Amino acid sequence: MANNTLRGLFWRRFKRNKLAVAGGVIVVLLFLVALLAPVISPYNPDNIDRRHILEAPGPDHPFGTDDLGRDVLSRMIFGSRISLAVGFVAVGISTLLGMIVGALSGYYGGWSDRIAMRFIDIMLSIPTFFLILAVIAFIGSSIWNIMAVIGLTSWMGVARLVRAEFLSLKEREFVLAARAVGASDLRIIFRHVMINSMAPVLVSAILGVAGAVLVESALSFLGIGVQPPTPSWGNILTLGKDNIEIAWWLSVFPGLAILITVLGYNLLGEGIRDSIDPRLWGRE
Amino acid sequence: MLTYLIKRIFEMVPTLFGITLISFFIIHLAPGKPTDIFSELNPKITPEARERLNKYYGLDKPILVQYGIWLKKISTLDFGNSFSSDHRPVIEKIWDRKQPLLQRRLFVTFMINLLAMIIILLVAIPIGISSATHRNTFYDKITTTVVFIGFAIPSFWLALLLMILFGVHLHWLPIAGLKSMNFDSLPLSGKIWDVGRHLMLPLFVSAFGGLAADSRFMRSSMLEVIRQDYINVARAKGLPERTVIYRHAFRNALLPIITLLGLSVGGLIGGSVIFENIFGIPGMGQLFYMSVMTRDYPMVMCILTIGAVLTLLGNLLADIGYMLADPRIRAR
Repeated sequence: MANNTLRGLFWRRFKRNKLAVAGGVIVVLLFLVALLAPVISPYNPDNIDRRHILEAPGPDHPFGTDDLGRDVLSRMIFGSRISLAVGFVAVGISTLLGMIVGALSGYYGGWSDRIAMRFIDIMLSIPTFFLILAVIAFIGSSIWNIMAVIGLTSWMGVARLVRAEFLSLKEREFVLAARAVGASDLRIIFRHVMINSMAPVLVSAILGVAGAVLVESALSFLGIGVQPPTPSWGNILTLGKDNIEIAWWLSVFPGLAILITVLGYNLLGEGIRDSIDPRLWGRE
Repeated sequence: MLTYLIKRIFEMVPTLFGITLISFFIIHLAPGKPTDIFSELNPKITPEARERLNKYYGLDKPILVQYGIWLKKISTLDFGNSFSSDHRPVIEKIWDRKQPLLQRRLFVTFMINLLAMIIILLVAIPIGISSATHRNTFYDKITTTVVFIGFAIPSFWLALLLMILFGVHLHWLPIAGLKSMNFDSLPLSGKIWDVGRHLMLPLFVSAFGGLAADSRFMRSSMLEVIRQDYINVARAKGLPERTVIYRHAFRNALLPIITLLGLSVGGLIGGSVIFENIFGIPGMGQLFYMSVMTRDYPMVMCILTIGAVLTLLGNLLADIGYMLADPRIRAR
């Protein structure tokens, strides 16, 4: 009980929340799998083996083989890289953009704030998945395009969040003090206010990764996302749909991977939210 | 209240204008043109012929002019003709008056989303209330787990699993389309049963995600309300627990759900691309997918606009519902 710093309190609360720890473990494992993919995958994911086409799971191929005789487990291990990369880059883009828009409109207010908020209302009324689908289909489905488009269509929530934090923080004494000693606007925005609004942003970013993973897999499943032969969980599921009558394993395992991944990010995000908020510390 | 409503509807106009402006520019500024697809199919096409095609479709004009022309046309509900080989008016492809309702794409998508929403409401609210009133019991833990899985499950994967189980292995339910081959020869009751059987899996899939979100939301809203003083007062004056929960707490806990429902319209419509594709349902989402693949600009813009209008209407209905439910707002 000696460690009563903010970080110590956070850790104590976080560790007590078993679900949050489980989420953290899932995310760490996912990183390890993606990092060690060439080492741990039993086969080369692109190795076509025409003698073992659509083989059910067995000792040689624990998750079976696909329509070209490629090992599904190995393809899924390499697919984790796509899911990880798309999730983090897309959320990086949306969080950065959201923070900038939110900070500027919250701090300065006035006309630019009104225009930005109206723009956000408009963006939120466009059926986003329709827009993402159209744009990716038009500009081509490279992994960079997918990351960029998901990122550019999902920053609005963060912007609103950061704006609200700025509105409530900018009149506080520590900001007035910083201004009194002559700190520039940029310094106040980034060194003083932004730092204090990072907690909710972090939580929404982690939950955002889960959302991005789902969108990427849906796009790949529809054939508009990551293109074969590059393996992604979504495009293995497409094969599952094409061979639905004969090869259940192509549908079951990649979907399970998506489910566990998204569950991991969600549990971690919610766990951090519960442990990071000092207002919740007194309860229970 | 009426003034507020009128003001609210007028506010929708600039938003809708903004939506069409942004969508139009994003769609039309993406590199490449629809006519490139014809050219790819026919390598012998000359640059002059391609120019003629661009001119025919009005794609040679500056983009602002194109937007102006488009805007002028849709003010009379004319969304132009499809770029696809049938060249039919876009509106007719979405809402064909000559066909029975079940073959009008907009109707199909609208019906499925409406039914899904009704199911979500009817199931999520009771679940949310009961897990709030039975907080931290075994039942609450089970529903919480299901809700967490519901948040994380990819809808198309759920669809695949259900198709494998009920369609391929058990043969209980059809896995594609909206009706059977012998639909026309069936009596009315048989027709309803047939469509119902086809709709069962798509409805379950499209409702499942929303169910998780809304029941969770209902639970936390209910937990918030039963901590209030007026609930203690109701209990203190000796009202039975049922009355306290359903007359005093329920109504107040319902308010945030109304807003959430209105906001979820956009997501439901977006999701229809996915499940209409998997289940082979001839709705607006399936048409959108096909139009996107062939760069059918008028069709894509029309469906985006309809989707946005439906989303805005959902928000408006939520506001109206909120006003009807909350006397404090009505009084203002």
